[in-house]
Amino acid sequence: MLKVDKLTIDLGNFSIRNISFDIPRGKYAVLMGKSGSGKTTILESICGLRNIKSGSIFIDGNNVTKLRPGDRFIGFVPQDGVLFSTMTVFEQIAFGCTVRGHSKAASKVRAFELSKDLDIEHLLDRNPQGLSGGEIQRVALARALASKPQLICMDEPLSSLDEDSRETVCDLIKRIHRKENLTFLHITHSQAEADLMGEVKFKLSDGRVIADA
Amino acid sequence: MKKKKVPSDIPFYSFMWCAGIMYFALIVALLYADASYTSFSEIKNALADKSIRSSVWLTFQTCWITAVLSILFAVPTAYILTRYNFPLKRLFDSILDIPIVLPPLVIGLSLLILFNQIQIFDQTIEAHFKNLFSSLNAILPDRFFFKFPSGVTYKVPAIILAQFTVSCAFAVRTMRNTFENIDARQEEVALTMGCNRSKAFWTVVIPQARFGIMTAAILSWARALGEFGPILVFAGATRGKTEVLSTTVFLEISIGNLEGAVAVSFLMISAAVLVLVIVRMLSSNNSSW
Repeated sequence: MLKVDKLTIDLGNFSIRNISFDIPRGKYAVLMGKSGSGKTTILESICGLRNIKSGSIFIDGNNVTKLRPGDRFIGFVPQDGVLFSTMTVFEQIAFGCTVRGHSKAASKVRAFELSKDLDIEHLLDRNPQGLSGGEIQRVALARALASKPQLICMDEPLSSLDEDSRETVCDLIKRIHRKENLTFLHITHSQAEADLMGEVKFKLSDGRVIADA
Repeated sequence: MKKKKVPSDIPFYSFMWCAGIMYFALIVALLYADASYTSFSEIKNALADKSIRSSVWLTFQTCWITAVLSILFAVPTAYILTRYNFPLKRLFDSILDIPIVLPPLVIGLSLLILFNQIQIFDQTIEAHFKNLFSSLNAILPDRFFFKFPSGVTYKVPAIILAQFTVSCAFAVRTMRNTFENIDARQEEVALTMGCNRSKAFWTVVIPQARFGIMTAAILSWARALGEFGPILVFAGATRGKTEVLSTTVFLEISIGNLEGAVAVSFLMISAAVLVLVIVRMLSSNNSSW
């Protein structure tokens, strides 16, 4: 479903060379690596947010390397959620639909459906200020899922959560993965997190990606 | 070994408080001096003067136009400076600060030379504007409420341009601080959701920058209100034509009417205090976000 082929990224004094990996459709993939190893850069390049030097990115067999971020139809959950600070939770989720041309009524239905699935119905009228780490991650995931993308890219979604929230968010992500039959790419520095979540695991080490058994 | 006692903090606090209180006292003394030299009746008399009333009206018109123009130019300029890296960015950034550090009279003189000495296509910029304004006047209906002036120098557009040159630099600084405080990753998320750059800017950045925009507009307005040097050189101080409040103070002093000058100054001080209160209120709103 997602194929990264000989990806090379040059960011001044930091570079990643000839990265290749493949994630089959519907699988939950985890890319592990130490802090500063370039995991986020790879994820952002897949989403179209960083310029790449060479290589190709394929989604569903289509070469998306030169496409703009919005034309890749990827749901992106950045580290710390990065919610829009002037929108309520409902507006953030519905925005994901309306921006893709869905009607307001359809966006509303989708926002309510996702808020129910992710157990954030009680937060719909709230602003992001004051939400807990777990709530922010669930809202960010709902926002990424709103337009029904086929691939979800998540940047360390559990790293800033306490033990209880982590367990809740893990369960919710797994449930969403099964229900929506999506392909997930989740990056983390934690082996435990990778073992818990990953159906397909990769490790970024010394600038190379290797499959992790 | 004898333990050394920590030296007293009194000299430190004394210096800090003394310096702060002395400067504060100087500003309060200035305001008191103006207030004690004028009275409500003198302000009323000043406002009864036709030329001063026209100066007040022209000042408010030009200040608002300057504030709007400053925002129109400062928002994109500050956004580019905050979000993008490009060759010679530091030089570009430094040049934008020149109007802040240049002596005001030099800005006026520079504008005068630019419009009246520099030739583009065998004509001065002033001549180009004269042609442009006369062409636009020819298009406008005869009884239209507005007519363009016959040029820029020593006319109302010169007041606006002189005010804008300085005010916009302050607006750029304010907007730059505003954009630096908005997480650029929010725009990136919006891009992945299907927005183009423009949509991400209008739906994600601008709503968050609204207090900064208002602050920049009000500061530009206040800066334009106090502008004197460039206006005097580039627009002149012709009674009833290019006279704004700052030049009114100058003209009143030059004819020996100190009471009138202080009365007009008091009006300007009131406007400045009002602006500061509004900016502080907006800033406190902003910080709670």
